[in-house]
Amino acid sequence: MRTADLIAFNLKLIERQRLRSAMLLAAIAISVMAINLLTGIGEGGKQFVLAEFNLLGKNVLIMLPGKRETTGGIPPLTGESTRDLTLRDAQAIARLGNVSAVAPLIAGKIEISHHKLSREAFTIGSNRAFFDIRQLEVAQGKALPQLPLEQSQAVCVIGSKLRKELFGSKPALGQWLRAGDSRFRVIGILKDKGEGLGFDMSEAIIVPVANAQALFNQAGLFRVFIELRSFEGLQKSQRRILALLKERHEGEEDVTIITQDSLLSAFENILNTLTLAVAGIAGISMLVAGILIMNVSLIAVSQRTREIGLLKALGCPGRTVALIFLSEASIMALSGALLGILISELLLYIARGLYPTIPFGTPLWAQLGSALIATVTALLFAAIPAQKAANMAPVDALLDKKAGQA
Amino acid sequence: MIEPKAMIELQQLSRSFQIGDQWVHALDHIDLQIAHGEYLSVMGPSGSGKSTLLNMLGLLDMPSEGEYLLNQTATSQLSEEGRATLRREHIGFVFQSYHLIPRLTARENIELPLILAGIPPKQRKPLADKVIARLALTDRAGHVPNQLSGGQRQRVAIGRAIVMKPQLLLADEPTGNLDSVSGREVIELLEELNDEGITLLVVTHDQAIGDRARRELKMIDGRIANDTNNSPASNSTTPNSALSTQVPPRPAAE
Repeated sequence: MRTADLIAFNLKLIERQRLRSAMLLAAIAISVMAINLLTGIGEGGKQFVLAEFNLLGKNVLIMLPGKRETTGGIPPLTGESTRDLTLRDAQAIARLGNVSAVAPLIAGKIEISHHKLSREAFTIGSNRAFFDIRQLEVAQGKALPQLPLEQSQAVCVIGSKLRKELFGSKPALGQWLRAGDSRFRVIGILKDKGEGLGFDMSEAIIVPVANAQALFNQAGLFRVFIELRSFEGLQKSQRRILALLKERHEGEEDVTIITQDSLLSAFENILNTLTLAVAGIAGISMLVAGILIMNVSLIAVSQRTREIGLLKALGCPGRTVALIFLSEASIMALSGALLGILISELLLYIARGLYPTIPFGTPLWAQLGSALIATVTALLFAAIPAQKAANMAPVDALLDKKAGQA
Repeated sequence: MIEPKAMIELQQLSRSFQIGDQWVHALDHIDLQIAHGEYLSVMGPSGSGKSTLLNMLGLLDMPSEGEYLLNQTATSQLSEEGRATLRREHIGFVFQSYHLIPRLTARENIELPLILAGIPPKQRKPLADKVIARLALTDRAGHVPNQLSGGQRQRVAIGRAIVMKPQLLLADEPTGNLDSVSGREVIELLEELNDEGITLLVVTHDQAIGDRARRELKMIDGRIANDTNNSPASNSTTPNSALSTQVPPRPAAE
């Protein structure tokens, strides 16, 4: 039997048994869609999380005051401590061998005003190195100047959204604004980079760390970002920094160091669980679809017993009969898979429209894989009924009494 | 003149199967020879084994014992695939209930054996056209079986049976589901095909139809009880074997 004829024969069959075909198509499409949709969401989430952490370099450490157990779970992002992290601690770390830059951080919310406009803004006290480590760029003006850490200077860099809210369409550079009871001159506007690690930098104001200490009336640092020269010495440097801090803090190890790796490995648990869940759900839906395919094929074999007998009487060998059933299943599986992929792509497209920051998208391997799994499942489950049809003695099939008269 | 060899030869052929704990001998050590171009009818009461004989001759069923030679080829050793090839190339079937595929049009049903044999569409079309014209089905070629009358359906089934130009045409109660007019048309069509050289074997309950055949087999309990030559010349009974060496004239009247 020629391939084109085989396909035409099956298409006629599929067209005639619309309900059965639609049911089967839906089952395959839904299971393929489930795989693609879940992988697409999972991948999107994963890419989103990775992008968040990639804002921090691989060779950046975050030190926070207070000792926390970091085995398992996400390391603490807010800390409380008996002993403050001081600017002197930061300076001592900066002198270590592998350390290329240190950015201390004090953060809080404070009332910012310009003329009559005012609002509460996320205020960061830091230094020039902070811009490099967090990969912040200025759209206008310049970043904070290079200053000794203890030295204050009444300058600030503000986020684009904050600029718009305080200055509207008027130029902001060189203008003065009030933060708490101090005045700062705007020397730079941040480029819009969206959110990073939960801070929306477009609504933030950055001032020198010494000014922030005065502003918040607080000497202790909230965070210290430490950039290393190379990723290789990360473990060693981490130990040296801890040893140094222990020495400076009267023999007590009261700081926590977070690396990108430790954050990622914490998230990896979540991501792995997600992947497992995806695999599980996809597997179950494939199994359901497969069983449905088998049932439908079995029903087809019993309904079409007389037809099988006729085909055999017309000199159609058993393997051709099996081929007819298997190819029908493949046609259904492939079109179902295609339909499923199209639907999942459509849904992900809508999701991207709703949540533009999360890059929802099914990787190619998942699309090909799901189509392959669907086809293999369909063939596997159709093989048993097909074999049954092929092995039927022609006379028994022809004389099948259950079937109606054609 | 070279004596034609038997196209079909059954040697001590038996077919038995078990129903419950009882063995039924549907065919009981049958010897039979059929020559090219013969016209036979097989008659007998229900359960006498006439359908089993037809299925056996059509290679649809396997003998329990004995041998079946088709064109001097022993068939009992053949694989199912080999038997399928023989069926495809040499044997056409006409069934009581037509066995048309309901979703296919008359033309598609007739074309089906050509499709299964892997003949390309360009060659299929003239072959099918010829058969459709021969059976006066040109107007109905695009109709599906449900839109055809019983006689038309059976003509489509005959078209399907002869499109591969088989040597042997096996008809199992071909008029069983038809009214007398359609039935007569169908039987006349089969006889025309026989006149053109095809070997025709008709299983029937209908004595009138059975009598039309030149050779009449009467089956009882899985045996051939009577093998009658209806040729006006001899009209003799030749039990268990009669290799027709000449084509006797058709009986003048029914």
